[in-house]
Amino acid sequence: MKAAVIVFPGSNCDRDIQVSLRKAMGTEPLMVWHGDSSFADVDLIAVPGGFSYGDYLRAGAMAAKSPVMREIADRANKGVPVMGICNGFQILTESGLLPGALMRNAGLKYVCKDVHLRVEANDTPFTQNYSQGSVMRIPVAHHDGNYFADSNVLDELEAENRIAFKYTNVDGTESEDANPNGSQRHIAGILNKKRNVLGMMPHPERLADPDLGGTDGKPMFEGLVAALGS
Amino acid sequence: MKARIHITLKNGVLDPQGKAVEHALQTLGFAGVDGVRQGKFIELDLTETDVAKAEVQASEMCEKLLANTVIEDYSVEIV
Repeated sequence: MKAAVIVFPGSNCDRDIQVSLRKAMGTEPLMVWHGDSSFADVDLIAVPGGFSYGDYLRAGAMAAKSPVMREIADRANKGVPVMGICNGFQILTESGLLPGALMRNAGLKYVCKDVHLRVEANDTPFTQNYSQGSVMRIPVAHHDGNYFADSNVLDELEAENRIAFKYTNVDGTESEDANPNGSQRHIAGILNKKRNVLGMMPHPERLADPDLGGTDGKPMFEGLVAALGS
Repeated sequence: MKARIHITLKNGVLDPQGKAVEHALQTLGFAGVDGVRQGKFIELDLTETDVAKAEVQASEMCEKLLANTVIEDYSVEIV
């Protein structure tokens, strides 16, 4: 399996994903600079977290228009798996690869803590190593993670089983307290129609090694290697 | 000529910053504020000299970059 990690000015989780992918794949992922309009064929594209372009205008808005995103959109439309984490999720919604938008957190504060996520869809290369309905502990660190879409889009996401993760309590129950940012229907991550594009606010790459205090994020990367070949 | 662009959250989209500002105004004793919507103001210097064309250009810029029409409305004023 070959993977590419996209690096924008202001990305700050690119190396975390690089390490997670390297450990899972056993080979080095390709680091691709945002100004590159072409790069080698890969089996997975990761759009990392951070503050691309300083979050100017809107989080992810400028990155979504960068040359590399046009190439990523083409490949995503051809079926190449693309995962966007945190700022990566914001970039994927801004570029139109995923529906909806990520607004300022309902509490107006930057939230940096571990949350619990329930796996809602484990039929994707990103989530196949998790049991349906299982709960994992994953950190969030964002100011704009409040997922918004109009009710038709939300209904469609639910009907098509395109909500990948929801924020829940540790026992898997939903409550307002367990939702760190006011996201509609407690949405933490979603899929596109073809199920090859995933966007999520929490950071699995930040809890994928015992030295980081947990490994709940590790099955995501190992599952990708299992699905896309080693 | 200049294009003055106002961008606000759509009606129906919760504006927590506007709510916080409204609350702060009330705390300061300003009665009679029934709602606050916070947004952005962007001013563009355009080389275009035709008002209608400038308006089309600025609207296109809003659609493609300046506003996120999933959650935001925009208005363009050419001066």
